[in-house]
Amino acid sequence: MTVRLIRSIVGLALTSVALSALMYRLGSPLAAVFELSVCAGLMSVIFITTVSFTARVSKERLSVRRRERFMKFWYLPFLVIASGLLLSRYLRIPQFKIPAPSGAQDVRNVLWNLRHVDLFGQIVMLLAGAFGVVVLFKEPKE
Amino acid sequence: MPSAFILVPFFLLIILNLPFKFLKGESAFWLFAALLLAQLFLSALCPLDTPGARPDPLAPFFAFGLSIDSLSRLLLFSIAIVVFTSLSVSRYSIKGQTQRFNFINLVLIMLIGMNATVIVTDLFSLYLFIEVTAVASFILISIEKEKFAIEGAFKYLFLSAIATVFMLSSIALFLLLSGNTSFAAIAGTFKNSADNFLLKLATGLFLCALFIKSGIFPFHGWLPDAHSSCPTPVSVLLSGIAVKACGIYVLVRLAISVFILSIDAKNVLMFIGACSIVFGALACLTQSNFKRLLAYSTISQLGYIVLALGCFTPLALTGALFHLFNHAVFKSLLFVNAGAVEKQAGTIDMDKMGGLAKQMPFTATTSAIASLSAAGLPPLSGFWSKLIIILALWNSGRIFYAGVALLSSVLTLAYLLSLQRKVFFGRLEDSLKYIREAPLVIVFPEVLLAIITVAAGLGFAFMLRWF
Repeated sequence: MTVRLIRSIVGLALTSVALSALMYRLGSPLAAVFELSVCAGLMSVIFITTVSFTARVSKERLSVRRRERFMKFWYLPFLVIASGLLLSRYLRIPQFKIPAPSGAQDVRNVLWNLRHVDLFGQIVMLLAGAFGVVVLFKEPKE
Repeated sequence: MPSAFILVPFFLLIILNLPFKFLKGESAFWLFAALLLAQLFLSALCPLDTPGARPDPLAPFFAFGLSIDSLSRLLLFSIAIVVFTSLSVSRYSIKGQTQRFNFINLVLIMLIGMNATVIVTDLFSLYLFIEVTAVASFILISIEKEKFAIEGAFKYLFLSAIATVFMLSSIALFLLLSGNTSFAAIAGTFKNSADNFLLKLATGLFLCALFIKSGIFPFHGWLPDAHSSCPTPVSVLLSGIAVKACGIYVLVRLAISVFILSIDAKNVLMFIGACSIVFGALACLTQSNFKRLLAYSTISQLGYIVLALGCFTPLALTGALFHLFNHAVFKSLLFVNAGAVEKQAGTIDMDKMGGLAKQMPFTATTSAIASLSAAGLPPLSGFWSKLIIILALWNSGRIFYAGVALLSSVLTLAYLLSLQRKVFFGRLEDSLKYIREAPLVIVFPEVLLAIITVAAGLGFAFMLRWF
């Protein structure tokens, strides 16, 4: 289980890196930097640290789980491909015009001058996360 | 003034967590109780944001763009009542000073989230504070780390994550079309191009997300497990106010002030509301777990609000909002009763109870009042809100839906009378002969909520005029 979890975390980090590249290409370098440093960097460190506290699962149990998962869900990839082919053949997406974006606003101006309540919300969210860790993971004193 | 509803709880949270021992004990409880009483009075008396009103005195320091109108005021009032009830019950249900202190901190965060949700004027900020409330809820559900509670929290987390994806996708589309996420900008886009496919898609996604958050059928999968397996004060918070503030209120706010719903969308709302009413009521008939029955009852009662919202006449909206308030009060009372019975009798299985009315007279009486109000018997508050909803449906020609609402009230009466008979009447089990009434910290909120239920029924005209 530990190896598989770490693979998932690495996959998440790689997705964040790809997203950062996309943001940079779309002309938002600050957002790309935030995505790279926080999501790909800091979050991966936190996840891996947490996973390092979990117990290992034996190879036999892992292979039994893989087999069970395959038996339950083997048909899913075929179902997704078949649905996609059917939808692309019969579904007609109407033509619509995406309006041109309004004049670009600097991320710093938006964040610090226009979105005060969201900054406040972020602080409260961080506090919620901190209390969550304390409440759920701290061992009570004997 | 609006900023105070989110800044004062925030500063209290900071103060309580300063490194002073005396703040961790009883002081935390009394300070929080004082804050909630202040919110109760301020929300009833604060001036609304009308043209020419005095500006927020904190506006030069905190440019939050908040606004209080009559709908927000009703929710702030309801939040104060329910959170106060939960706080009072926590002294009885949650053991250990440290655990109670953690509970207070998390409820403060939830209070900030819910207060902000009902007074922001921007869609992204609304989403953010809905998530703040949700995160606090996940932790509160699993605060005692019991297996079923963690399972309930995980189900809620999983479905909430799906709702989050829908919400964020919807917000991205609104930003693309409006250039802004404020309510005013999005409402302007609806006025100018209501037939835009992307706009309809964004609206549909956001409504689906709100159905999940509200626990409306068929998106209700998480609600019975989460609400029935957590400690009683948390059940009071979730069923009493959280699903309303973060689900139903947002639905009503967006439908009234932001979106322009098509006839089809309103018909979908009515259909889903009706299905929720009937499904919830039928599911209640088969339950033997006291709290689980109340959780399914929540699904059913919220269906009345969604049904009335779909009707969308002024009378229907009045009924919906009055029922929102009434449900917050009588459902909180029923959960407090359930918690009292669970603690005193040592079981939540109604088949193992019976004849508790003599041993727990206050709990039995207040439970009867709440049940009759939920079933819609006069002159209690639930009667008036249901009557207004049924009349609104009848007057607008939706005879079938009026019939569904009326007949479902009979089902509601059936399952609640069955609950009363199983728990409080009938033969007293030998193992329960020595139990006593719950202590004052439980009886006080029970009596208070029962008084509010009766007073709101007798003075409903005043309620409608004030709010």
